[in-house]
Amino acid sequence: MANMYAFLANIAQSVGVLYFMAIFLAVCIYALWPKNQSKFETAARLPLEED
Amino acid sequence: MATGAIRNMTGGESLGALALAVFGVACLIIAGLTDHGGYAFHMVVFALASVLAFRAIIVRRYHGDGPQPQEINGKPNYNFGPVKFATAAAMFWGVAGFLVGLVIALQLAFPVLNLDLPWTSFGRLRPLHTSAVIFAFGGNVLLATSFYVVQRTCHARLAGDLSPWFVVLGYNLFIVVAGTGYLLGITQGKEYAEPEWYADLFLTVVWVVYLLVFLATIWKRKEPHIYVANWFYLGFIVTIAVLHLGNNMTIPVSITSPKSYIVWSGVQDAMFQWWYGHNAVGFFLTAGFLAIMYYFIPKRAERPVYSYRLSIIHFWALIFLYIWAGPHHLHYTALPDWAQTLGMTFSIMLWMPSWGGMINGLMTLSGAWDKLRTDPVLRMMVVSVAFYGMSTFEGPLMSVKAVNSLSHYTDWTIGHVHSGALGWVGYVSFGAIYCLVPWLWKKERLYSNRLVEWHFWISTMGIVLYISAMWVSGIMQGLMWRAYTALGYLEYSFIETVAAMHPYYVIRAIGGGLFLLGALIMVYNLIMTVRAAPNAVEKSLAPAAGLQPAE
Repeated sequence: MANMYAFLANIAQSVGVLYFMAIFLAVCIYALWPKNQSKFETAARLPLEED
Repeated sequence: MATGAIRNMTGGESLGALALAVFGVACLIIAGLTDHGGYAFHMVVFALASVLAFRAIIVRRYHGDGPQPQEINGKPNYNFGPVKFATAAAMFWGVAGFLVGLVIALQLAFPVLNLDLPWTSFGRLRPLHTSAVIFAFGGNVLLATSFYVVQRTCHARLAGDLSPWFVVLGYNLFIVVAGTGYLLGITQGKEYAEPEWYADLFLTVVWVVYLLVFLATIWKRKEPHIYVANWFYLGFIVTIAVLHLGNNMTIPVSITSPKSYIVWSGVQDAMFQWWYGHNAVGFFLTAGFLAIMYYFIPKRAERPVYSYRLSIIHFWALIFLYIWAGPHHLHYTALPDWAQTLGMTFSIMLWMPSWGGMINGLMTLSGAWDKLRTDPVLRMMVVSVAFYGMSTFEGPLMSVKAVNSLSHYTDWTIGHVHSGALGWVGYVSFGAIYCLVPWLWKKERLYSNRLVEWHFWISTMGIVLYISAMWVSGIMQGLMWRAYTALGYLEYSFIETVAAMHPYYVIRAIGGGLFLLGALIMVYNLIMTVRAAPNAVEKSLAPAAGLQPAE
């Protein structure tokens, strides 16, 4: 049980941190990628559309 | 009753009717076996609800009611029935919840109002108030707006035929069972997670169906991009499911008993409880209502979202950070010190996404600020975002251990919660409902904008009275508790600190009364909108949002 705890804590404190930071970094890159800008400008107007 | 050929039952109807029959009979059997009066009452309520739902499924075929086409004349055939129901339910529970809040505020000022009866004591009415305003009022607002927004931004009809109705009706049945349970003394005693195991299980089923309906609607969307509000709604639905399951890992004493015990004990249970409790704030009262902000403010202001990129980063930053903030509820307890510091650190980091989101909401008004002067509904939503900024500034501040040593267990916490709940959640909900009712009932405008003005100013005064009274009483309370004499004795007895609170409790009750009065004006205005406001002309001819009444 103690080993299990140490094992999980180790993963959380190393791989887990890097994993979360990598995902967040990827999100930021996606959001700020210049090519996506026109897509986001259209999306920002989505609530205003009537059908 | 209509004559002619009656269609066969669909697969979903047959399955639903069968499930209801089995469930209803099982509840009746348990009601007969148990020796607990309140539990038997709840089982009868469940059985009765099953009978009514069973009847509705059978009868709808005679009214020509059933699965509807996805599109009519190339336009999505939106399903607004469940949205209308949840909107009306939100107003009903809102008024009920505010009223109970006023009653318990008066009880704190004048204890005689506890009436010396168990059912009306503060201890039982307090969870009734919190659940009624958070889960009944807020929950129905979230159900209504999420089902509306997901359809409009996906250009697709809500998925499912019976399931959306099961979600809204089942959720409200859960509210009834939970609320009556508190009055009867059935509770787990965990803040915001009071309902016992059987109500929790029922809610789990409802919530999973909610998730599936929402996902399936997104799945068949006609619009390639998933709008940011839907991300926030999805974050809210998924996280609430996880929190609910995590904090309710209980084992019932027996199937004939309403009592259950949690599988973990001591500090682990406390940590689970506040992981749940704080993320109920973070994902129910924040993520869900941010989704409202991201749809209704642009729509009402007729302006695009200020920065869509910021909204994406806002969403993910909020998701990544909020989930760790819970331990700040357990400062200076048996929780390990490192966990307390972790909770505090993440709470402070939350400043960034919170203020990023607030700026995004407010700046959406760029080029439309003049509308604040003429449109009280938009003003209400913008003030709500300002309150969001204020309470998300105050929250991290209070999570700092040194500040918390003064603020914890005092009325400052109550004031903080209510600046978020009345100012942010309340106002953004009112704004959304003021928008929704004319849209749903196809009205050109609200019955009266002047009444919205009255609502706005009366309840704003109420909020200001409420939160300033709680700041003063909370800080005074904290200072009195930690005051020592020169000899090292406590300067004040506890009862002296209670007596000192009396004037502030009266002011708070007046503030709550004003907030309730504002909500009653709103109910009148909405009823008159449905009954007396002019009908909207064809959508393509008139931009409904932001249109001012021609007086």
